[in-house]
Amino acid sequence: MGEKILMKGNEAVAEAAIRAGCRHYFAYPITPQSELIEHMAKRMPQVGGTFLQAESEVAAINMVMGTGACGKRVMTSSSSPGISLKQEGISYIAALKIPAVIVNVQRGGPGLGNIAPQQADYFQAVRGGGHGDYFTPTLSPESVQEFADMAPLAFELAENYRTPVMILSDGMLGQMMEPVEFPDAYPAPRDCSDWCLGPQKGRDVNHILNSLYIEPYDLKARTEELFRVYEQIRAKEVRFELYNMGADPRILTVATGTAARIVKSAIDALKEEGIEVGLVRPITVWPFPSQAVAQAAMGKDVVITIELNMGQMLEDVRLAVCGTSPVEFYGVAGGVVFTPEEVAQAIRSRIP
Amino acid sequence: MKVLATRPKGLTSVRQHYCPGCLHGVAHRLIGESLEELGIIERTIGVAPVGCAVFAYNFFSCDMIQVPHGRAPAVATGMIRARPDCIVFTYQGDGDLAAIGTAETIHAANRNENISIFFINNAVYGMTGGQMAPTTLPGMKATTSPYGRDVKDTGYPMRMCEILSELEMPNYIERVSLLSPKEILKAKKAVKKALQYNVEGKGLSFVEMISTCPTNWGMEPLAAREWARENMLPVFPPGLFKDRSAQGEKKKEAAS
Amino acid sequence: MARMTVNDFYCKGCGLCIDACPKKIIAFEERFNDQGYHPAVCIDQEKCNACTLCYVACPDAAITVEK
Repeated sequence: MGEKILMKGNEAVAEAAIRAGCRHYFAYPITPQSELIEHMAKRMPQVGGTFLQAESEVAAINMVMGTGACGKRVMTSSSSPGISLKQEGISYIAALKIPAVIVNVQRGGPGLGNIAPQQADYFQAVRGGGHGDYFTPTLSPESVQEFADMAPLAFELAENYRTPVMILSDGMLGQMMEPVEFPDAYPAPRDCSDWCLGPQKGRDVNHILNSLYIEPYDLKARTEELFRVYEQIRAKEVRFELYNMGADPRILTVATGTAARIVKSAIDALKEEGIEVGLVRPITVWPFPSQAVAQAAMGKDVVITIELNMGQMLEDVRLAVCGTSPVEFYGVAGGVVFTPEEVAQAIRSRIP
Repeated sequence: MKVLATRPKGLTSVRQHYCPGCLHGVAHRLIGESLEELGIIERTIGVAPVGCAVFAYNFFSCDMIQVPHGRAPAVATGMIRARPDCIVFTYQGDGDLAAIGTAETIHAANRNENISIFFINNAVYGMTGGQMAPTTLPGMKATTSPYGRDVKDTGYPMRMCEILSELEMPNYIERVSLLSPKEILKAKKAVKKALQYNVEGKGLSFVEMISTCPTNWGMEPLAAREWARENMLPVFPPGLFKDRSAQGEKKKEAAS
Repeated sequence: MARMTVNDFYCKGCGLCIDACPKKIIAFEERFNDQGYHPAVCIDQEKCNACTLCYVACPDAAITVEK
């Protein structure tokens, strides 16, 4: 293990990507992830990589498509409105089965919103976002270390399954500074010469990456092929954390990312009062840890979804709990960030 | 007997779906010939647009990718940065290059990416049934300008070669036409030069080819060529707009 | 000796080669090809001088010229 460095989340994920072998990065500046693009601007030339500030987020995602099509590790990053712009590109990248990593440092929305942290792009990330039948595996970090560790993980998932992967962070995590350690070595990228574009050395077929299937039965077959991969991802790549479940709590909370950290503080405070609350923290929000949530929810007095939005992950929790326990919600919009005291009060007031 | 001319190796054996007399096939053949003659088929990647040429991924024998409407120059940028050892070309129509993709076209040119952009200008949107394009002529009827293009409302046809020539960096910009065998032979020189410059790493090549759309213009192929000659060439005059490589050579010769 | 041949698998009967030929020795056939077009054919190979203008004009790369 290397030294611990104090870094902003934005910088840490960029540095981790570079250490994991990413040598191509295309993006457009947008608050609150400007430190990410600026870190890349400084570091990519140092490692002989490509840094290009694109003319828009639309252009950036298409540049990512091109580099990914040639089988190279590539990343882009943006924040909410910029991620909206990327949706057509992400749909194509999914349809073309191109590995790519997209970082969303969420901010206040809808519209221009503000630059404060929110979690209101959850639907956009896990329900598709772009058009058509596809999903984007999505990782949700709660600390700068986890944010950094998700860069190499995202590349691996992207390459193993040939899919875009999103890291769904937020402005709080992007801006805050925490100590980060980077591993000394990373697994090598996966060989993609069986499908990627480039010199036809040693093969007598040309490679074609296309997502147009004019015949409906052809598109049906192709889509079902994509969904077989999603089934594999659902079976093997769910990640979550359980907090305070060992205390056999009657109350369950479900929260992810920055919200989860605040919920953990509230849980610790409520423990002092003799109120035991558990937390399931999804680390992959797609695939959602439905089984873990369902199991944890069994026999609970209440399941409270806590998010920095008007209720998005709430729907996945309701689907997972499937009526076995009452589901409540506490959230706040606008980039307002609840405090541990506010969360503790919200939990207390939702105990039946 | 020796074969003097036949279907080039840069094209696949797949039957091209273009309308009879549509000049897309000519442009395809010029690219296919050039790839073969330059010996670069095996390290070329072509970018197919959205438009009549969407199926171009089946027509060229190099590696191909089909990309979102207008974004080909951005995808090409990503590819040439990933694989500078490859030759990358885009093939785009009026909507792709001059409407939805204007920003990507201008910025890739401004960055002088080492790619070739082949622009087929036939003054309409062919694939979607003949709507008005940025290149539609004043007064010209199209399905979304049924009373004729009103320049007061929709502006004047956009001349992309002229616009791009104002940029400092792009290496090679030329407009050619495909309206007769003689013009096609000239166009071939431009297409081959565009790709040759990429082989030499000289930067962005942009070749605009004045073409026809017999079906959506409602004309026979021969009549469509004549209409294009009389009406399009005055608005989009063929010519060399920029050749920084050749200028560079001239400067070297003058200095030595 | 020179010869132009049209591969009627590709020919769409557009007529551009007929227009291009300076010797006027290309014409449409009576029959239809499998796409339903009248393919072009050389009607007087003796007069062909392999100028290749037919090949240049053809949008479907259907023509082969030999000498």
